[in-house]
Amino acid sequence: MSAPSVEKGIQFIREQIDAPVASFFSACVHCGLCAEACLFYGQTGDPRYTPINKVEPMRRIWEQEYTLWGRIKSTLGLARKVTEKDFEEWEPLVYDACSLCGRCSLVCPVGNDISGMIRKIREGFSAAGYAPEGLIGATTRAVQIGSPMGVKLPAVQAQIGHLKHDTGLDAPLDQKGAEYMVLLSSMEIMNFPEYLEAVAKIMKQAGKSWTIASKAFEATNSGIQIGTSDIAAELVQRVVDAAEELGVQTVISPECGHAYTAIRWEGPNLIGRPFTFKVKHILEVLDEFREQGLLKTDGMEEAKLTFHDPCQLVRKGGVIKQPRKLLNMVASNFVEMTDHASMNWCCSGGGGVSANERADEIKFKAFRQKKSQLDELQVDTLVTACANCRITLEEGLEEYEMDLPVVGLTEMLADHLVDENEEQG
Amino acid sequence: MTDELTLGERLRQRGVSRRGFLKFCAATASMMALPPSMVPAIAAALEKARRPSVIWLSFQECTGCTESLTRSHAPTIESLIFDHISLDYHHTLQAAAGDAAEHAREAAMQENWGKYLLVVDGSIPTAENGNYSTIAGISNLDMLKEVAEGAAAIVAVGTCAAYGGLPHAKPNPTGAQSVSELISDKPIINVPGCPPIPVVISGVLAHYLTFGVLPELDALGRPMAFFGQNIHDRCYRRPFYERGEFAETFDDEGAKKGWCLFKLGCKGPTTYNACATAKWNEGTSFPIESGHGCIGCSEPNFWDAGGFYQALSVPTGDAGKTLLGAAAVGVAAGAAVGLLNKRNKAKAVEAHEKVTVDDLNRE
Amino acid sequence: MSAEALLAWARGPGFDWALGIFVLGMLLRLFEVLSLGRKPDLAEGRGSGVQGGLRTIVTRTLPRPSVFAREPVRIINGYVFHIGFFLVLFFYGPHIELFQTKLGLSWPALSTGIIDALAVLTVLSLLLALALRLTNPVVKFLSTSGDYVAWLVTLLPVLTGYLAYNHMLLPYTQMLALHLLSVELLLVVAPFTKLTHMFSFALARWYQGYQAGHRGIES
Repeated sequence: MSAPSVEKGIQFIREQIDAPVASFFSACVHCGLCAEACLFYGQTGDPRYTPINKVEPMRRIWEQEYTLWGRIKSTLGLARKVTEKDFEEWEPLVYDACSLCGRCSLVCPVGNDISGMIRKIREGFSAAGYAPEGLIGATTRAVQIGSPMGVKLPAVQAQIGHLKHDTGLDAPLDQKGAEYMVLLSSMEIMNFPEYLEAVAKIMKQAGKSWTIASKAFEATNSGIQIGTSDIAAELVQRVVDAAEELGVQTVISPECGHAYTAIRWEGPNLIGRPFTFKVKHILEVLDEFREQGLLKTDGMEEAKLTFHDPCQLVRKGGVIKQPRKLLNMVASNFVEMTDHASMNWCCSGGGGVSANERADEIKFKAFRQKKSQLDELQVDTLVTACANCRITLEEGLEEYEMDLPVVGLTEMLADHLVDENEEQG
Repeated sequence: MTDELTLGERLRQRGVSRRGFLKFCAATASMMALPPSMVPAIAAALEKARRPSVIWLSFQECTGCTESLTRSHAPTIESLIFDHISLDYHHTLQAAAGDAAEHAREAAMQENWGKYLLVVDGSIPTAENGNYSTIAGISNLDMLKEVAEGAAAIVAVGTCAAYGGLPHAKPNPTGAQSVSELISDKPIINVPGCPPIPVVISGVLAHYLTFGVLPELDALGRPMAFFGQNIHDRCYRRPFYERGEFAETFDDEGAKKGWCLFKLGCKGPTTYNACATAKWNEGTSFPIESGHGCIGCSEPNFWDAGGFYQALSVPTGDAGKTLLGAAAVGVAAGAAVGLLNKRNKAKAVEAHEKVTVDDLNRE
Repeated sequence: MSAEALLAWARGPGFDWALGIFVLGMLLRLFEVLSLGRKPDLAEGRGSGVQGGLRTIVTRTLPRPSVFAREPVRIINGYVFHIGFFLVLFFYGPHIELFQTKLGLSWPALSTGIIDALAVLTVLSLLLALALRLTNPVVKFLSTSGDYVAWLVTLLPVLTGYLAYNHMLLPYTQMLALHLLSVELLLVVAPFTKLTHMFSFALARWYQGYQAGHRGIES
């Protein structure tokens, strides 16, 4: 452990630069098309929010330290070193005006993964002590308490109690040998308890064994959002330890965006070894059930509805078809947004933005992108599959006085499950 | 020995009619792009011209220039004019030899000091004290300097005299140089070509005889009237160049159809001469018309311009060798820089100080 | 220096030096990039990274419709420039002669009239690109001196080539010499500017495409 400093931050950025990053900086031709894909630039017109500009300090470090020409320029005193002022100036660009949604990476003509680089540069900023207060708080709580929102086991147990009381269904804790280990995001535990109920119902119908680990129920990984792999690894390790101790086959990541990215893609690389179990998003599991004929539903939603694609799940997670197949089981009037699936727009609250109070103003500005998508469609219901998207959407809709209910997909499916009691009875 | 007869009297003595003489003057005027109104002036001047003394020095040459100038099918006006300059000294053409020849030269110089025309063909070797070419024990270099001193003007005939020519080609073992590289205090007119076209010489001389001064020259000292246009612009095969129809070999379909010879190395675009208009053998043909690309023989260093059969758009060096050499250096330098990168990155990774939640707040 | 001597130098040592520096510079940049390595991905994949990488190198050539809708002129202009430049470079008879003599490769040429028109189109698109760079707030904000240098060294060969072929501005020998020198300038400058993208675009697309292919996500 050591105190944060600008020098440490630069050191961390040095560490993060690899061959892909070098190839990206070598290939960038300053075409500016990444800005056209970014909702923060699009809704503010501020060129500083151009995605590739957000990683300019990293580019300078790369040029000055990893290229011969840059080294020569440095020796001749022609290079602008990265200083404290740069950290100060770039902090809001790196954290407030970017949700790591990945849309820029998808449109860059030369193939640069810009959002991947922004994720990397956050390592340096957080190590230098230049991360937003809100995220620092969330991360500290996540490590010390076990949840970024400070949710402790008793709260979970309380929800489990409610579940039993309301439905008679059990959410077994620490069940060794269960097939599935379910993770929950704090947001779901606190604001959307319907999710837990939905999962319980579906698991019952599908006849699958599942459990929640008391030592590792939290899905959200604040370490990923603040950009500190050291902490992110610690959080992932908790889940891995629990999963291996319980001997489960699959860990289910809930309706949360970055949680999926954290455990599915970054997880093994953070702890330095492959997992011995599978990791799936709840929608992937549900779609498997659907294919296996284990999901029996009844009735359709008549309301005109559309699906908001959570960035980390769809664009960056590849879970594109599943939500649509599942939605088509229970919705008769499902219309797609014009920019949908991998090209859908971020809710504006991902990647730590929603935990960062300082970013509220710009977040609401950026939300206008989602608003324009909804205005175009004029739907009655908005369905999504991420609790963070859900709360961000709800807050945004309220801010703009739009009357539009937001529903979770798992919840919607569970509502349409054929009641087996009725069947039998 | 200057003759007492004027040029006009001489021509009439030889049976050239007034009409024929005027025709020649008109042709010369038009060749030199002079207006028709100049014809009477040319005629009057040539009529009265006293035969100027001409000393012709042949140095490191193949005699091709002399051959060209004297080659004619029938006695032509050009050859008559040539006869009627007082050619007081010429190795190939004079009857005298040995001491008698050198005495003749010295006498002509003395008698016409400051007024004689010096014509030079062949380059002048300067290596080894000029001993690569001597005449009667005198090096070309010394003879040039000596004779040039009393000349009114110097005509450097052929590319060797004008720019060094063949002997000047790499590696130039004889240290061959052109007239203008060695003499700087006399008016010099370059009439290059390997060899030059006969009518070009006679046109230049006619101009000199008429006006007493040399014609308008370009940046390389060549008369604009004959060297002001490049072959490419006057070439009858130009439409094929425009259409991109090139002969690829000397006997393919394109060659048989008379397509552009650019790909076979034609230097027409960068060569300035009268071949495409005046042509050779009194207007019969010129190299391109015969199916061979122009070799650029009236240009300096045409022997070292990358080869007669390599197109102008092709670099002359050994690209393969350059590529391999540069690649070798590039790989070596790259490996070195790469190692440096790896080391710096490893140092950064090693210096990693783990971040805990207590390290996130800056003071 | 006389025009003919300049041309001889440009065709000779000038070209050799320029080609050498270009090859050396580009190789150096390649090593600089690759030497930084990439950690293997320990997460379970859904597909082939190699296929993703190769596919992305090709598919990224086309823009996403929603981005195209926002900047159609700039995007189309980019295509006009690149296609024009490549056609002029690779399908003009005398250029093909260069490749044939030095590399032993040859292919059919386009009619010179078409090449001439393409050269004009390319120059115009470059002028438009500069205008767009100066007037678009994002692009202007991003631009550095390197962008303008790259623009100039790219424009000069096309412009001088057109002028030489059409015997405009200066006598042919001089104009041809300038054309060759401008090409040599481009070669020498390229490894030190964003023109490295002529090779690194494939690397960048490969790296992102590889990750995408491994993860089974779009790229």
